[in-house]
Formats: sequence, structure tokens, C-alpha cells
Amino acid sequence: MTLDVYVSIFMTVVIAATPILIAALGELVVEKSGVLNLGVEGMMLCGAVAGFSIATTTGATSGGYLAGAAAGAALSMVFALLVLSLSANQVATGLALTIFGTGVSSLTGRPFVGKTVQRLGPLFPHPLSDHPLLRALFGYDAIVYLSLVLTVAVAWFLAASRPGLVLRAVGEGDAAAHAIGHPVIRVRYAAIAFGGALAGLAGAYYSLAVTPMWADRLTAGRGWIALALVVFAAWRPWRLLAGAYLFGAVMTLELQSKAAGVGFVPPEFLAMLPYLATVVVLTLIALRGAGGQRAPACLGKAFRAGG
Amino acid sequence: MPFKLEPRREPNRTMLYASPVIAVALTALAGLLFFAALGYNGTLAIYDILILPVIDATHWIDLGVKAAPLVTIAIGLAIGFRANVWNIGAEGQYVMGAIAGTGVALHAGGTEGAWALPVMCLAGALGGALWAAIPALLRARLKVSEILTSLMLSYVAIQVLYFLVRGPWRDPEGFNFPQTRSFTDVESMPILIDGTRLHLGIPIAVLIAMAVWVVMSRTLVGFELRVSGLAPNAARYAGFREQRTVWLALLVSGGLAGLAGIFEAAGPFGQITPNFPTGYGFTAIVVAFLGRLNPLGILIGGVVLAVSFVGGELAETSVGLPSAAIGLFQATLLFLLLGVDMLVWYRIRRIAPAIAPSAAPAVVRSAS
Amino acid sequence: MEGIGSAPGETAPRLELRHVGKSFPGVRANDDVSFAVAPGEIHALLGENGAGKSTLMKIVYGVQRADEGAILWEGRSVDITSPKAARKLGIGMVFQHFSLFDALTVYENIAVGMDDPMPRRALEARIEEVLSTYGLPLDITREVHTLSVGERQRIEIVRCLMQQPRLLIMDEPTSVLTPQEVEKLFTTLRQLSAEGVSILYISHKLHEIKALCHSATILRGGRVVGTCDPRVETAKSMAEMMIGGELRTAERRGKAAGGEERLIVEGLSVPGTPPFGIELKAVSFTVHAGEVFGIAGVAGNGQNELTRALAGEVVAPRAEMIRLARRPIGHQGPGERRRAGLCVVPEERNGHAAVPEFTLAENTMLTARYRRPLTRGGFMRLAATRAFAEDVIRRFDVRTTGPEALARSLSGGNLQKFIVGREMLQTPDVLVVSQPTWGVDAGAASAIHQALLDLAANGAAIVVISQDLDELLALASRLVVMNDGRLSQALDVAGVSVKDIGLLMGGVHGGDAPVHPHEVTHAV
Repeated sequence: MTLDVYVSIFMTVVIAATPILIAALGELVVEKSGVLNLGVEGMMLCGAVAGFSIATTTGATSGGYLAGAAAGAALSMVFALLVLSLSANQVATGLALTIFGTGVSSLTGRPFVGKTVQRLGPLFPHPLSDHPLLRALFGYDAIVYLSLVLTVAVAWFLAASRPGLVLRAVGEGDAAAHAIGHPVIRVRYAAIAFGGALAGLAGAYYSLAVTPMWADRLTAGRGWIALALVVFAAWRPWRLLAGAYLFGAVMTLELQSKAAGVGFVPPEFLAMLPYLATVVVLTLIALRGAGGQRAPACLGKAFRAGG
Repeated sequence: MPFKLEPRREPNRTMLYASPVIAVALTALAGLLFFAALGYNGTLAIYDILILPVIDATHWIDLGVKAAPLVTIAIGLAIGFRANVWNIGAEGQYVMGAIAGTGVALHAGGTEGAWALPVMCLAGALGGALWAAIPALLRARLKVSEILTSLMLSYVAIQVLYFLVRGPWRDPEGFNFPQTRSFTDVESMPILIDGTRLHLGIPIAVLIAMAVWVVMSRTLVGFELRVSGLAPNAARYAGFREQRTVWLALLVSGGLAGLAGIFEAAGPFGQITPNFPTGYGFTAIVVAFLGRLNPLGILIGGVVLAVSFVGGELAETSVGLPSAAIGLFQATLLFLLLGVDMLVWYRIRRIAPAIAPSAAPAVVRSAS
Repeated sequence: MEGIGSAPGETAPRLELRHVGKSFPGVRANDDVSFAVAPGEIHALLGENGAGKSTLMKIVYGVQRADEGAILWEGRSVDITSPKAARKLGIGMVFQHFSLFDALTVYENIAVGMDDPMPRRALEARIEEVLSTYGLPLDITREVHTLSVGERQRIEIVRCLMQQPRLLIMDEPTSVLTPQEVEKLFTTLRQLSAEGVSILYISHKLHEIKALCHSATILRGGRVVGTCDPRVETAKSMAEMMIGGELRTAERRGKAAGGEERLIVEGLSVPGTPPFGIELKAVSFTVHAGEVFGIAGVAGNGQNELTRALAGEVVAPRAEMIRLARRPIGHQGPGERRRAGLCVVPEERNGHAAVPEFTLAENTMLTARYRRPLTRGGFMRLAATRAFAEDVIRRFDVRTTGPEALARSLSGGNLQKFIVGREMLQTPDVLVVSQPTWGVDAGAASAIHQALLDLAANGAAIVVISQDLDELLALASRLVVMNDGRLSQALDVAGVSVKDIGLLMGGVHGGDAPVHPHEVTHAV
């Protein structure tokens, strides 16, 4: 194989990894605040359909991304209202969110099935973005770079900023944080909105860049993989980056093998790969004993306080 | 806030039973407004979805046919949810049950004789249980979240089904369609009333509900499962082992999902096609909660969801409502139920403006 | 109002409460409470558990809001809507159950409590300044879960002092400290008082209040029942005001010290469960029939781990490490141990000893099914469980609506009586009870004490694990002190001094024994 092929494969990995990275970063912040939102898949689908519909009707792809993020955030507020203000069970509500998001996206996406959309062009100018070698670094659209900036920003926010410290405190001890006067519920609302916006953005990246078209349930369980990635990364943003690219590689392997027509492996087995890889990775993490221990202490528990 | 939530010391018994009814009513209202906003005849749509299938006796058998797999799966899931074991991969276990049962039919040679169907059903239950055994093993041994593994394995199971119906199990006389051969009479679920689709799986679902109700409320095993879900430390103190609970919950829920799978394959489907995974495994989650995780409540919850399925098809022809709308309708129902449920444990109190506003004591209620 | 003691010259009290009242569903927590605290005064708020002290303090600190009444701060009427508002006024609070975050560092814990964020360097310098001014040694880079309880309390105090408060609220601050640590805390508090900081000191420990406070307000059932100068009162007179009647102490009967060996623990070592568990290190002791054996120690030194290991929730590495009479049971689970005659009451009532969402009848099923015929062929005998629950309710005077009441509807004291009663009616040969009267009102506490002594008098061997030294000195004939997963030598209660026990709690095991690693840093 020529160098050119390697560069292409590398770029496919990056593009496959980007949406799971974005969605997982959002969920990481949500979980750090002590909330488990299993609705990532549903929010992604809504972001995907909202992004696609705005992009096709207005012709503005970047507007589509904004709409995707807004849709994800809006949907996440339904979840937040139920689990934060009404103390509903987080697992059940998250599942409901996924079922709901799937339904909303199928229903509202029907007019868009089969349509296509203009992809966002590369961020960097012509000599860099289509240089045979350097395009591996400079040949992507703005969202790819945004995902990297977001990784740095989330890592900095959690480790070094004061709001990040308060968010972690809320996730480690909600009653204690309340006792010293931090608005637990408000912090969690904000975290859930952020997570929803990123899930929506990630979904929009599927319909506007990865595929780029609308098809029913086009995220195909990637939201769940993003959830698994957060566990894999032990709630650390940098490990999330590594994990997302690992999964990007697995998904690319699936696509490349299909395209190359690896005759002796049925396509169904290739399609299983990302899901099997998730199970295997979760198992390996647990075998190494790194999983579970670093989970925020209040993860998944409802909190009620006066006022 | 002009209103506040105040925790109750004892759950409100009335609300315990009233909240699902309120949730259904609110969902009907929300659906009416939403469908109307989308440009459909909202009133007619809601009438067709929720009322018509109930008042028109010609749909009753369809209701049973739809409700049976939902109830069978949901009962298993509810056992797990009660025990804090979150098997959300019932769809995969349902598919694996159908595959295992079908495998017996296809590979057991001449499947003549009365034993064919019972063996298929046994294989179906085993297939579902074995598929659920993977997350069980990982959770019990390594504390891997069964939520993620069971769901991931659903996607895998569906791919296995695609592979089988397109490859090794494709009917050679099926004009190249990806489907297995049709089951013979002895391999099919017996029809109870000739000329209808009323099959044996329906009364079996009712029997399972009653049996599980007895187990959960009257036996030590049921007690063990309930304690494990509510207070894991108390369960350990009482001598119940967490690993056993995990295994029990996942094997039973997987087995029931598998049983529902082979009932469907050998019943209404009559063969396996790529359309076999219809999402019953996910809808059953809604059913389980709608029935308050109580087997008898689940019977009612299953019928309610079946009504929405049958009614959705009616609304599809009458007002042109797309089938996706029904999934949305069901999810809204679950949302509203979860929201209304807080009235069981909290009361809404208006804060009188005259006195100084007061606050409820800090209560940390652990969910999950 | 009298009792404004040590700092005359200023007219307005620093804090004054007028007719404050607060209700919760079914409970009147505070009713018409009035008192005042002068600048520099150390004012005690005295009352037994459930008297309404903590609720009152939460109102002052803005965690909860009063239903009626007024709060005056330096003469002005104020509405304290949140802890932040309280801190702005100059009120700081050290909580009984700390508001700390185990997974964060000491520095992060202090930073997260600051209302006016400052840059990291400046904050670190300020923390070091406070630490040295008040002689509070702390390593600010450590994660909290690695610290001793005394060190954790120091973080809370530093957190308050960072805001330069003019009123410091301390809620039962000594319940988690060794006697030596208590002395050091008092030195700090007196220094603050001398600087003009008012201190509101909540406690039910009379000798501490006598030693520290300038004045005291006594609460009972949510109401003020008296004010006094503790320096001139006797402990007994204050106790009677607090409890509202003559004090009755449990009656000790038959000391059968020479009974046969019932429970033998020998070299019991169990690794701590991650992330924050304590390792049990070669724990050995023997309890005889008819004896009450005490295990003292500051909370978090392995008591919970020991309770679990004795109950069988955690299995011992070797069967012989725990023996019941002559029978090794270390390998057995909770059920087999109960059948063999060993019953255990863990410290935590809600979610461990009982399931709050279950009825009392269902809660008997948790443990009593091993020694009482409550099941048949895998089915629960509902009538039998109800009858057993009724028996417990009647014989232990549990105030409730009946066996069908949910456990969560009972008060702490009544639930504890029910749990202890449930185990006692199984007539165990050995009963292990952890913190039997934690958070229990005085009436229930003395009933539980009496029941324990009666059970011992009937020949059972009893192990009481408690943080409350007074309780152990009243009940036990011998006691050991637990520190960092180890037990001291057994001491005869008759000839023991509180100072000796205090040293053992701090990890000083006489001449050659190892010293607790955390305590080295602040051994003066």
C-alpha cells in the first residue's frame, strides 16, 4: 500500500473518532457532576436530525451544527427536569430519553430520508489541506479541531478552574456541597445541558459529515459506545481522547474491510466489531482493576434539598 | 417557587395506583396537541390509538398477540430492576432465544412429533439465558456494568441473526429472500381458536405473570431480590450473596426474553426474517415501569402498550400517522410516568405567601 | 437574657434569636427559641439527641429557614437565606458530619469552600498562615480519604477561619476526637474567643461544656428549658435540666467474669476493601459467657470492618480465626453464624440493619429467619413474621403503629430498639452490637443498655463497639481500644483511667508499640 492509502485510513480514523469523542466529553462532564445520563444515543439522534434539517433547508452547514447542539441541549433539559427537580430514577429516565430521542428523530426525519447535504470544508487553506502528507494534520473540517480544543478545555476546566472544582465537589458529595452553599441542582442542570449540547453536536457530525445524509437510527449505538468510553477512560479527558481514537480505528477497520471485500469474513461479523470491542474493552479495564474506583461518589444518585 | 415538594413519610397508596392512570391521560393530551401541531387530526389519532382498540372487540385478539411478548419480557426485566440489575439488552436475548429455538427446528432432522415445539421452547429460553449469562458473568465477577454490556450484545445478536438468515439458514426454496424456511405445524405455536392468531403464548404470559407475582411477594427468593435492590448492605447482612442475585436476575430475565423470542418466531412470524427484531425488548422496559415493576401491573402495562401498537396501526391508515410516532408516544408515556411518580413519595405544597418561606429537610434519596 | 459573660463593653449581642420556630412533617423541631451570644463568648447549646440543636444551628447558618421568629446579627434583624449569606455576615460552621470530599485534596476542599476565590498561590499562602497561627498541622496536598478524623476536622476549622468569622458554630465537634485532640481543639477555641470571636458550641457532653463554655442554653423537645453558667453548675444539675428528670443509670447485674469462653477471635486479618476501607491487623480477643466486652476507639479505625467480619459479611481468611465456643466459624457466611448462635447489630440502621422501605414485619425476615421458623419450603410465613415483629414491638416498647409500619417511619431511637430487640429475641449465645445508642434519645438509650445487661446476666456473651467512652465504662467489664485496624491489650474497666484510653485511641500503645502514622505529625 502506498503512503497515500495510509494517510487516507488515518484520516478516516480521525473522522470516525470525532463524534464519539465529542459525545463522551459531554457525558464525562455530566458524570463528574454525579449524574448518569443514559440518553446520549437519543440526544445524538435528535442532534443529527435537527442539524440535517436546518442544514438542508437553510443551506448553512455550520447552522446545522448549532441546531444539533441546541436540540441536544433542549432534550437534555427534559431529562434534567425529571431527575433533578422530580427526583426520578436516572437509569430509567435516561433509557426513556433514548427511546424518546429515537422516536422524535424518526418522526421528524422522514421528509429528509435520501437527501444529501454539503459537508463543511477543511478549516485550513488549500496548500496545507490537500498536501499529500500534511493533510493528515490539516485536512479536516472545523469540528475535528473543535473536538480537540474541547478535550483540552474540559481537562483544564476540571483540573484547574474553580467552577470545575465546584462541579467535581458536587459529584463527589452532593450533601456536603449543599451544606457549604453550592447550588447542587443548578450545577447539575448546567452540566446536563453541556452534555446534551455536545451529544447533539456529535449527532450532527454523523448526519453532516460522517455519512453525510439522514437515515433512520443512523448513529447505530455510537452513543452507547461513548458512554462506555467514559468508563474506559476512568473519567479522565486525556484517556478519553486515546479511547475515542482506538474506537475510531476499530470502526475504520470495519469499513475498510467491507470496502476491500475481505471475502472470508461475513459483513455481519465486521458490523459487530465496535460492539464486541466495547464489551472486550470494558472487560479488560475491569480485569486491570482500574474501573469503578474512580467513579464520582454520587454517580446515579438523586439529590433533594430544601429551597 | 410558589410550590415546593415535601417528602412523605409513607408512600401515598392512592397515588401508587393513580399515577399510571394520570400518566396515560397526560400522554393522550400531549399526543393530541403534538400530533395536531404536526398537522394531523389529533383527536382522531388519539381516539384511534387509545380508545378504538379497546372498544372494538375485533382488535382484542391482536392486543393479546402484541401484549404477550411484551409482558413476558417485561416481567423478567422487572425482576432485575427490582434487584438493581439493569438488563437493557432484552432485545438481544429475545433474538438469541428465537435463533436457538429455530436452530433446533432446522437441525434436529425430521422434526415430526409432539416433542418438537417443547424442545424448541426450551432451547429458546436457554438461548436467551445464555446470552444474558455474558453480562451476568462480567458483572458478578468483574463488576462490569451490565447496562452497557447487555445493550452492546443486543447489536451483536441482531448481526448474528442477519448472518444466519442471509447465509447458512436461508431457505433454499425461498426465491433468494433472506429468511428461514417456514415452521411446520408441529413446530408452530398452537392456535387456540381456529381462524384467529390467538396462540398458546398468550395464556402462558398470564400464567408467568401470576407465578412471578407469587414468587416475588411470597417467597424468600423474591424477598432476597427485593432486599438486594433496595439496600445492598442489608442484603449482605441478611446473608444474601450479591453474585447470586445478579446471576438469578439476568438468567431469569434472559430466559424469559428468549422464551418470548421463540414464541414470536414459532407464532406470529412462522419463520425468522431480518425484520424479526421489532424492538419488543426495548418497549418492554416501558412496560415494566408502567406496571410499577409488579408482575400483575405489568399485565396491564403490556395491554396498554399493545393498545398503542394496534391503535398506531389504525391511526396510520385513518389519519396517516407515521409508525415512528408510536415510539415517541410510548417514550412520552414513560417520561410522564416517571415525572408523575414523584407524587407517590412527595406531596406538592403551595407555599403560602403570608409566612416566611420554609424549606424541606435535606433528604438524599438514592435511586437505582 | 442572662449569661452574656466574658466580654462586657459592647452593647448589642453578636447573635440573638427571638422566638424562632421550625416544623417538619410530623415533628416540631424548634419552638419559641430565644437566646443571645455576646462577642467573644463561648456559648453552649446543650440538649440530648433530638432536642432540636442541629436544626437550630442549620437555621442560623442558612441551611434551613425558620418558619417564624427573628434572627438579629449585631443588633440588626437579618434574613439568612443561604450558607453563603451566613458567611457574608461572618458566621462559620464546623459540621458534625463533615462537609468534606474524600476524593479531593485538602487544598481543593478548602478552595471549594471559599466564597471569594483567589489565585492558587495567594490561597495557599493564606492557608499556611492560618495553619501556623492556630497551630493546626496539615499537609494540604493530601487527599482527604488518607487523613485521620481529627485531621479532617482541622480542614473544616481552617475552612471557617479562612473567612475570618465573628461567630463560629461547632456541632458536636468532639464526638470524633481522642481526649488529647479535644484538649488541642479547646486551646484553639479559647484563642479565638480571646480574639473576640463568638463561639456557639453544640454538645451533650457536660464535662466539656463545664471546661470550655461561658454560658449555656439548654434545649429539650425543641424548646428552651433553661439557661445557666456552666462554670458554676454541676454536671448533674445540667444533665437533669437536659433530660427533664432524675438521671437513671442502667443497673449492672451478675458479673459472671469466670464464664466459659464463648467468642474467640485470634489473629483476624482482613484486607480493607478499596477505595477507603481499613485493614484489620491480627485482631485477637476473647469474650466469656455473661460478660459485656467493650471495643472503644475513634470512628473510622476499623470498627465497621470488624463488625462485618464478625457478622460474616466478609469471610475470614481462615476458619479458626473466629471461633464460637470451640467451633471454627471464620469461613461461614452470616446465616450459618446466626444458626450457630452469633447475632450482630451493625452501626448503620438505615439500609444495613434494616430496609427503610420495608415494613417492620418484613424487616424481621432479614435475620430472624435463621433462628425462628419464619419460612416454610421457600415461602415466607407472613403471619409468623408479623407475630414476631409484634413481640419485638411489645417487649422493647417500640413506639409505632404496628408491624405493618414502614421502618422509615420510625424515629432513630425506636428503630434502634426494634433492631436490637429483633436480635435479642433470637436468644443468641453471642451478641455483637456496634454503636448501640448512636443518635438515640436518652430514654431509648437507657432501655437498650438495660436490655444488653439483662441478656448478659442470662449468660450471653456481649461485644459492644462504641465511640462513646461513657457508655462503655457503664456497660463493660473489660475493654480494648481499636486504632488503625489494631486492638490494644484488654483493660479491666475497674482500674482504667480515661487518659490511658485516650492515649490508646491516639495510637500510643505504651512503650514499644508503633505510633499511628497520622498522629506523628501533630504530636506536640
